[in-house]
Amino acid sequence: MKLGLAIDLDTCVGCHACATACKQWNTSGTIGPLTDENPYGKDPDGAWLNRIRTYEVDASPHSKTVNMPLSCMHCEDAACVTVCPTGASYKRTEDGIVLIDQDRCMGCNLCAWACPYGAREIDPGSGTMKKCTLCVDRIYDQNLPEDERQPACVITCPTKSRVFGDYDDPESDVSKLNRERGGKQLMPELGYNPVNTYLPPRNPAQRPQGGRMLGKVKQIVNRIIKR
Amino acid sequence: MHPAFSVLIFTVTAGAGYGLLGWLSANELLVMFAMTAAQKITVGIIAMVLISIGLSASTWHLTNPKNAWRAFSRFRTSWLSREMVFALALYPIAGLYAASLAWEWGGLTLWASLSLILSLVIVFVTSMIYASLKTIRQWHTPLVPTLYLLFAALSGGLAFALLLAWQGHETSSLQDFLLLLGLITASVKIGYFIWFRLPSSSTIQTATGFSQHKVGLLDAGHSAPSFLNKEFMFQVEQSKLVRMRWLMFMAAFIAPGLLLTGDGVFGLLAAWLIMMAGLLVERWLFFAEARHVVRLLHGHQQV
Repeated sequence: MKLGLAIDLDTCVGCHACATACKQWNTSGTIGPLTDENPYGKDPDGAWLNRIRTYEVDASPHSKTVNMPLSCMHCEDAACVTVCPTGASYKRTEDGIVLIDQDRCMGCNLCAWACPYGAREIDPGSGTMKKCTLCVDRIYDQNLPEDERQPACVITCPTKSRVFGDYDDPESDVSKLNRERGGKQLMPELGYNPVNTYLPPRNPAQRPQGGRMLGKVKQIVNRIIKR
Repeated sequence: MHPAFSVLIFTVTAGAGYGLLGWLSANELLVMFAMTAAQKITVGIIAMVLISIGLSASTWHLTNPKNAWRAFSRFRTSWLSREMVFALALYPIAGLYAASLAWEWGGLTLWASLSLILSLVIVFVTSMIYASLKTIRQWHTPLVPTLYLLFAALSGGLAFALLLAWQGHETSSLQDFLLLLGLITASVKIGYFIWFRLPSSSTIQTATGFSQHKVGLLDAGHSAPSFLNKEFMFQVEQSKLVRMRWLMFMAAFIAPGLLLTGDGVFGLLAAWLIMMAGLLVERWLFFAEARHVVRLLHGHQQV
């Protein structure tokens, strides 16, 4: 298996719900707690496994605002694992998830230096490195209903912009989306072969249209909002 | 990259220590200076003290040092692990070298050869921790190990000349050689600064996947600096970097070079101390000028 995410940059609205859900789940998950320093003060700081940045793409008048959530890409050739001196960082052979054994990490930062995506952050409380686990403690949990065996960020996304699945299965949702929408890897030139893909924004004409009734309602709502 | 002071102290001090031990071992093999056993042991102890100060400084930047002992386990893949293994392996070998000198056990050639090889290997392995990172183009070059080895040979060689002069040896030929070595090192460093200006293949376009368009950051997604900002977004004014480069060339090369043309223990001591200060500036620049690709995600157009 090659588990990973497909992230739809067309529909992501940049609400940060995935980041919050991630923090909420993982702070009491296998790599928790995710400590914060000064959480209610002037300069809060702490470990987050998912961060969302907003970019302006292309120049005015064609510019578009793109929200880009970034978490671990679970690279096929994960440099963070290679550089780790203690063996705390490892990539699971069965599903390709990259994890950190919190009991082995010495906090040397080298894996964070080797990661091009800023996916690893030192926890100010424990002094160990933290990163996305792809909610390994959710996706295999037999006590959860089957449709909830997904990462917290995917379940919470209000616009369904995050899709979880197996890239090794050509008929999985992520593989199909990646194929149909021309998914992109970030910084492919570094050769780490990230698993997560980003689906570029579509031309409005390519977007699926609702039924006629829904289209009419949308038109009316849009007209009201414009006024 | 954020220049952590502990790492600057580590690479400069331990580098000089390994250089000094390397010179001492080379002298054992080539007999450039007829030193007594006591003189060799003194120099060796000073080298090991420098190395030990450096190695203990390197643990200050670990945020969870209680697991540091585990770092010996990934020798086959991690340069940092290799560094730890070789650094530890040097202690018994240096000890056996000193014991052979003190009690005339024999086998001096073997221990000196091993000390020389290990000293060079450790400096090389340390530099490869940086040179192996594809995410930081300014480090991902064979020039980095070359410079680390040259700086270790230079600062260790100057320390060796200083200790020899203190022990009453005639060191003018070694001083001349060090002048030549300094000239070579300075030339490589200048070459590094010229190479440094080439653009990297990673840009904000490859980092975001919008290869055809202009891309700019609108919002970094957090109101206060995070771990990523502190570690990777280290920023100083260009004019300060230029001033630090001049300071580095003055302190690491020009001032010690002028002092090396004279003689006397105090001149050499001054030359070594000024060079060590210059090397600290050099290592600070090594970090301050290194630009990690995470900067692209935070809106930098190129690294």
